[in-house]
Amino acid sequence: MAAAAATLVATEEDKTLVLKAEGEWLLATAAELDRRLRQLDPPPHQPIAIDLGGLDRIDSAGAWLLLRAELELTARGNPVELRNLDPTFAPLFEQVRAGGSLSPVAHPRPDHHTLVGFLARLGAVTLGLCARTYRLLGFFGLVCATMMRLTLRPGRLRLTAMVAQMEQTGVNALAIVGLLAFLVGVVIAYQGADQLRRFGAEIYTVDLLAVGILRELGVLMTAIIIAGRSGSAFTAEIGTMRVTEEIDAMRTLGLDPVEVLVVPRLLALLLTLPMLTLYADLMGLLGGSLMARAALGIAFPEFLSELRNAVGTRTLWIGVVKAPFFAAIIAMIGCYEGFQVSRSAESVGRQTTLAVVEAIFLVIVADAAFSVFFSVLRV
Amino acid sequence: MKPAPPQQPIISVRGLVNRFGAETVHDGLDLEVYAGEVLGVVGGSGTGKSVLLRTIIGLNRPAEGTIEVFGTDLLALAESERREIEKRWGVLFQEGALFSSLTVAQNIEVPLKEFYDLPRGLMDEIAALKIGLAGLPEDAAAKFPAQLSGGMRKRAGLARALALDPEILFLDEPTSGLDAIAAAEFDQLIRDLQQSLGLTVFMVTHDIDSLFAVCDRVAVLVDKKIRVGTLDQILRDDHPWIRNYFHGPRGRAASAAQAGAARLALSDPA
Repeated sequence: MAAAAATLVATEEDKTLVLKAEGEWLLATAAELDRRLRQLDPPPHQPIAIDLGGLDRIDSAGAWLLLRAELELTARGNPVELRNLDPTFAPLFEQVRAGGSLSPVAHPRPDHHTLVGFLARLGAVTLGLCARTYRLLGFFGLVCATMMRLTLRPGRLRLTAMVAQMEQTGVNALAIVGLLAFLVGVVIAYQGADQLRRFGAEIYTVDLLAVGILRELGVLMTAIIIAGRSGSAFTAEIGTMRVTEEIDAMRTLGLDPVEVLVVPRLLALLLTLPMLTLYADLMGLLGGSLMARAALGIAFPEFLSELRNAVGTRTLWIGVVKAPFFAAIIAMIGCYEGFQVSRSAESVGRQTTLAVVEAIFLVIVADAAFSVFFSVLRV
Repeated sequence: MKPAPPQQPIISVRGLVNRFGAETVHDGLDLEVYAGEVLGVVGGSGTGKSVLLRTIIGLNRPAEGTIEVFGTDLLALAESERREIEKRWGVLFQEGALFSSLTVAQNIEVPLKEFYDLPRGLMDEIAALKIGLAGLPEDAAAKFPAQLSGGMRKRAGLARALALDPEILFLDEPTSGLDAIAAAEFDQLIRDLQQSLGLTVFMVTHDIDSLFAVCDRVAVLVDKKIRVGTLDQILRDDHPWIRNYFHGPRGRAASAAQAGAARLALSDPA
């Protein structure tokens, strides 16, 4: 913007203070003019004339500054007169006079910036969490009841939808689950070998790998990847259907959304997650065995025989048995959060984030619970 | 009634071609908008009304053609020069496009903060002024967009578009989604602001009533080109789509209402 020049010249004409506003009263010059006008401090009851004859250009900010000066000085008891207003600027002054306000509404201060506000927020969040848990349990019950009804009338199960979901959540996830499990196997084998070599116990790298991957990491990694990949997809799909009122349309057509949308997703994930876990176990061991050969020179047959010594099939099953539970957590939360979407686009994003965070959190909590449970059972 | 617009183009589009994939939306479109006029752009769904607006304000790069605003070729400008031009126009998007994490006042202050170094108090006063100009109640300043009705959100969007005292106002379907009363009020508001602030208004619309109420000239997008004229000229155009649009049941109703209002106005002084 070209340097706009605006001036305010004060002169005295037989006891009247004359303020001559000249030049370009625009946003660009407003900060300086604002300062000048605020410095005005005429003696009380002195008449004031604001001479607008010298204005070249003026925008609403400039007009506001002049009108504000008029209002404030009048409020102080100085009679104010606006002079020589160019008729082309008159409509602007009219409009600004109608729209302006001397005391703008204050910006709301976020209430969590105060201690009480913080405590109130903490309380509200806690209560919200309890309420959500309660509703989630209610949803769980609803889904269970629907599944019961379906076992009585298995013909109503939507097989096509279920198979499509199995492809989405299972087959399409093979590449990412496999690659990540393989890399985790490589990392564990390398770190294990590095530590165990100091004790001359390199061969126990295989035990570390087998127990670590089969019991915990295979299923946990898979569940976390699937929570991020499919749990979020469930929320986004169902949530989008809520935004576009498809769910409401479904209800008016006599379809049960839980039966149509939730059950196929839940059953699909219940079936695919254990299979993906087995596959992840395999890929993890493969990665580990390659690393063991490279770093420790443990050949493949040697690796296999040590593997057979280290773990039985029970270790494998201890891992895999957790998968359906994790699958239920992921599918339930994914679908539930989808139904919680209100009719706006931003709420789809919010609920999707929430679904992933909750699912991963609960999967890890459940895994810890399984560890305690198994140690009590001494398996 | 309406003053004849001064014949000096403030926006001039020449030979505009817009393609999306294999689909050509605009093919050699020419358009001139004169300073101080309200131009209404109409056209069937999918004829590229909003695309035209987005192309002029630089959100969509055309395949061919030139766009001059304030006599400057926009497509040839560097980023920093473009920003100087962008300060001189304001845009109201269809749903208001307010920043949802900010209050209405903060929304209006965004461009003020970005371009000018103003004291806080003055900035709040300017925001309050724009809120008043857009016809919103004072307490709307502290509200978040989610707390506003659709009509208020549009007014808040308009207030933000007016933040920098633009010379051109671009409106994308300003009255869509408003009830008939709110739409008529919005039309009146635009007319008032246009006259008092000396704006040039480029308005994409669906609303045939808006055309009759506020537009000096009408541009119709047909056959990938545009036909521009005063409302009377366009009403006499015999292109089938234009005939259908203005002489269909809704068009007749709107023009009858307008003619009725004009008769009333004429008979009043007598």
